[in-house]
Amino acid sequence: MAAFVARRILLLIPVLLGVTVVTFTLTRVIPGNPIDLMVSPLASEETRERIAENAGLNDPIWIQYLRYIEGVTRGDFGDSFVTNQPVLDDLTSRFMPTFELTLFAMLLAIALAVPLGIAAAVWRGTWIDHVSRLLAVFGVAMPVFWVSLVAIYVFFFLLHWLPAPQGRISVMIPPPDRISGLYTIDSLLTGNWQALKSTVQSLLMPAAVLAFAAMAPLARITRASMIEALESDYTRAARSLGLPESSIVFRHALRNAILPLITMIAIVYGYLLGGVVLVENVFAWPGLGRYVYNAIASSDYPALQGFILYSTTVYVLLFLLVDILYVLLDPRVRL
Amino acid sequence: MAEIAVHMTRRLAGLSKWCRRNPITALGFGIIVGLGILGLLAPLIAPYDPYALNPREKMQAPSLNHLFGTGIFGEDIFSRVLYGIRIDFGIGLGAVAIGLFTGSTVGVIAGYYGGRIDEVCMRLMDIVAAFPGFILAMAIAGVLGPSIPNLIIAIAVVNVPVYARLSRSRFLVIRSSLYALAARGVGASDVRILAWHLLPNSLAPIFVQSTLQCGWAILDAAGLSFIGLGVRLPTPEWGVMIGLGAPRIITGQWWISFFPGLAIAITVMGFNLIGDGLQDLLDPRRK
Repeated sequence: MAAFVARRILLLIPVLLGVTVVTFTLTRVIPGNPIDLMVSPLASEETRERIAENAGLNDPIWIQYLRYIEGVTRGDFGDSFVTNQPVLDDLTSRFMPTFELTLFAMLLAIALAVPLGIAAAVWRGTWIDHVSRLLAVFGVAMPVFWVSLVAIYVFFFLLHWLPAPQGRISVMIPPPDRISGLYTIDSLLTGNWQALKSTVQSLLMPAAVLAFAAMAPLARITRASMIEALESDYTRAARSLGLPESSIVFRHALRNAILPLITMIAIVYGYLLGGVVLVENVFAWPGLGRYVYNAIASSDYPALQGFILYSTTVYVLLFLLVDILYVLLDPRVRL
Repeated sequence: MAEIAVHMTRRLAGLSKWCRRNPITALGFGIIVGLGILGLLAPLIAPYDPYALNPREKMQAPSLNHLFGTGIFGEDIFSRVLYGIRIDFGIGLGAVAIGLFTGSTVGVIAGYYGGRIDEVCMRLMDIVAAFPGFILAMAIAGVLGPSIPNLIIAIAVVNVPVYARLSRSRFLVIRSSLYALAARGVGASDVRILAWHLLPNSLAPIFVQSTLQCGWAILDAAGLSFIGLGVRLPTPEWGVMIGLGAPRIITGQWWISFFPGLAIAITVMGFNLIGDGLQDLLDPRRK
């Protein structure tokens, strides 16, 4: 097992190195002269030359790349042009809001999609199967930012059930004391009911919108792998032994259907990492998505570079986790 | 004349039979073809100039004069949504075409030569695929600057590994097939085998993938434009139009964003229905 994990991690290194080449190239080579972003357009030629020299921009490109890699391994992603803070600090401080949003979206999506997928597989061809197919078709076709706007119109403007976009918590209510950084957990732990209520109200719409988009592929894969499992020889054997249907569905079929579901969860999480950029913008959510949006709007290349590297690393590590889970859950993979 | 008529009716009968047997795929085709025609005929159908501003009729709710209402500059949303078909279909098809061409070239080269070239090509594809798709597109579009060609490039790059892997795996299966062997046996050249035997046989799954990718491409393009990284104002692109109406949602002018978004949803649904349906046709096990 340890050898397997070690080998998998070793395989990641070239991929991640390649990723850094891409982020480096994207942000240093293509936009032309980074000096233009660092100094005023009125600066003299000498000032520009001095700043370029100090920033190491006159060195050959591969030396610049090596310096960049050396910094990244130390956790130095450079300083943001806009906040003047180290990019890594900026990213860390905005991680929790995004994590809270995507976590609840994912949990909600799984909680809805898995039962729906099972039901669609068990009662194939009935109305519930059609509903699940329809939801899947709509769920992936609707742009998340548009669903966000429609949700705001319905639940805020028409029904007044939920507040207008206000970030993680109402500005009138002080955030809960920091324990985990997740407002829901922290307000629960400190018994701060007022903060909890506002947090849940703020979280509900963006999380539900993301969950709606994430649900479709999860329900489809659950249905497909449940059907395969239900038609397999071992379920036929279980049925011929006279086992109750519920035991066949949940104890035998579902267990075997769970592996493809895990892979799909990782794929969908990657999709959420992109979708969250759009949704955070609509809901004024102070997370990574909003940070990178501002970074792009103000040509803040170190911040953009840092974010891409960061979210790609998360994505790659997630697939590592999936592979490890596979080995743990499925003895057949243990080679 | 009569023979042609008989032939035509027979053709149509065949088509309607096929549609009845595959209603979902037919619906998808219907949506895409219908929207395509609307887009082509936009200058004839659109009641207003999509770029015309009319400050006297700002933010009017949908009415008979303005079917989808008017926007914050008094522009006619219906006309702009119609013209948007041209832009969004263009971006989607363009991105898929470039991604398809580049990706399958890489895939076929990797599959054909094998060995070290294969290894290098596929590891490169692994790196591109390691990025979450939308985020890579966002980075490329952000760096290249907002314009339609840049947007197409950004989305195409994300598509490349998909086609490279698909075409490589198809290629490997077909290369060892009996008919490729037979062609080689009668002395056909490599190029001839590639172009005449291997390419047509790997087209079907690639075509299916392309319709699905087209939907994604349009979604991504709209998303990038929505955050200001794609198409710019005043181009009637659906994502930009949604962005323009976004601040007006909390004050109740829903139609500015609603109709362009609906157009995206219907288009993407159309492409996905085609892709899903064709996948079922190609792989009977999925039925």
